[in-house]
Amino acid sequence: MGSRYIIGLILLLIISGVYITITFENKYVRIEIAGSTSVQPVAEKLAKAYMEKHPNVKIDVQGGGSGLGIRSVSQGIIDIGTSSKELKADEKKGLEEYLIGKEGIIIAVNLNNPVNDLRLEQLRNIFSGKITNWKEVGGADGKINVVTREDGSGTRKAFEDIVMGKKNKIRSDAIVQTSTESVKLAVKQDPNAIGFVSLAHMSADVKALKTEGIYPSLQTVADGSYKIQRPFIFLSKGEPERLVKDFIDWVLSPEGQKIVEEEKIVPAK
Amino acid sequence: MTKSKNEFIIEKGLLITALSSIVIIALIIIFIFIEGLPAMESYGPINFIFGLDWSPSDNQFGVFPMIIGSLGITALSLLMAVPLGLFCAMFLAEVAPNSMRKILKPTIQTLAGIPSVVYGFFGLIILVPIMREQFGGTGFSMLTASIILTVMILPIIISVSEDALRSVPHEYKEASLALGATHWQTIKNVIFPAAIPGIITSIILGMGRAIGETLAIIMVAGNVVQIPHSIFDPVRALTSNIAIEMGYATGIHYNALFATGIVLFLMIIILLIFANYLHYKKKVTIGGGYL
Repeated sequence: MGSRYIIGLILLLIISGVYITITFENKYVRIEIAGSTSVQPVAEKLAKAYMEKHPNVKIDVQGGGSGLGIRSVSQGIIDIGTSSKELKADEKKGLEEYLIGKEGIIIAVNLNNPVNDLRLEQLRNIFSGKITNWKEVGGADGKINVVTREDGSGTRKAFEDIVMGKKNKIRSDAIVQTSTESVKLAVKQDPNAIGFVSLAHMSADVKALKTEGIYPSLQTVADGSYKIQRPFIFLSKGEPERLVKDFIDWVLSPEGQKIVEEEKIVPAK
Repeated sequence: MTKSKNEFIIEKGLLITALSSIVIIALIIIFIFIEGLPAMESYGPINFIFGLDWSPSDNQFGVFPMIIGSLGITALSLLMAVPLGLFCAMFLAEVAPNSMRKILKPTIQTLAGIPSVVYGFFGLIILVPIMREQFGGTGFSMLTASIILTVMILPIIISVSEDALRSVPHEYKEASLALGATHWQTIKNVIFPAAIPGIITSIILGMGRAIGETLAIIMVAGNVVQIPHSIFDPVRALTSNIAIEMGYATGIHYNALFATGIVLFLMIIILLIFANYLHYKKKVTIGGGYL
């Protein structure tokens, strides 16, 4: 029996020893970022570049959605919340906002779809269900399959605000996909589908439509001529701590903004 | 340390581990009810359960279409998986030569080990386009989800009912064959009826998996909140509803998602009670009572 106690004691010593060494070596500073899944990829790129320059800083970037980002930062759980939609007045309370960039939302259709250009009104009617056949907007005869995002998604919110307006709702029988990539996949596979994805996720396997005659690009988003766009925002609770502030300042510096631009997001400055 | 003291410690230790699972379940149930009941109360339990409109941004929380969605997907997949699974189990237990069983068994077990996201992805890439070309619409449908679920619950039904068929006492089979029955008559009239309680257990387990599956369903069911008019219509399951919107939900919407969990919980309890009743009843009438 005695030898077991000794072994147990030694184990305990080793464990506490390791624990102490780890906590003592743990000298770097952590910055926690969470929020919009649309902002996540660019925030990760920014964090990686920043950590390479500042090895003593460790930045964790998580998703969860704009709502979660706003909620967590105002509860003080995280250092920086990210949002891809404008904040409502009651959400803004006590929060500092930093616009890091603007992003276009693309109306995507199948590559085989002959339609090239839709007016905002036509889009509104398609997504609300008043137009149900491609033939009504100059395409081939075929039922329009509307693909949307889930309620709460930042991309959907921005799309609703800009395209649908207050009175119109996206038709309730539209297929709901839970990520940008799955919307693209659904559109890529279905010749009659239409969906919306962010400009940063645009790729050659789906076709981007012009709206009101303007093709979505970094330039048309920047000068405001492409209407379907939304802000990317960093949020902090009150005035951020010095290290967090350093990071945000760096993101807004030319160096940080260059990384933002590389991610196909229009820099704020 | 004396022997009796040792025994005492082990007995109590085992008791505590057994109790801990009950405590954990009780805590989860309490938590779900605390979080979910406010939404049910403020929206009205009847409106919540039988409401047809789910639109959190307009404060509409009716989960009835999703109850139908969950039940529909589960029923349809059981309809496909039960006959397939039972015949496969019969084949494995009674007909298959040993060499074949050695290949089939591990294959079926592998099927059970594949993560649900892989099934979902397979469905999204392969099955959805096929369904669209064959049956029109978008390809995202109740049927598509059921087919994926069928493949997911098959291994459970096959392996549990095979065990049930195998544990029917050998004397039964010998007696039947001695009376001049053919092999198929023996399986149909003796072995299968004697194994029914175990087979019902396999179906209960399969049903549990089907009704609780989330990720694969989200990827192929289309997630539209509507009562389907045909099996080719897209639907949303209760589990999907929670998973899709949890990240965004605040306030009453958040509570409503927990209330969705309560509905799901009650549904599973009702189905389990029904299935267990069937299980119990069959056990008595057969009189085998082995499984």
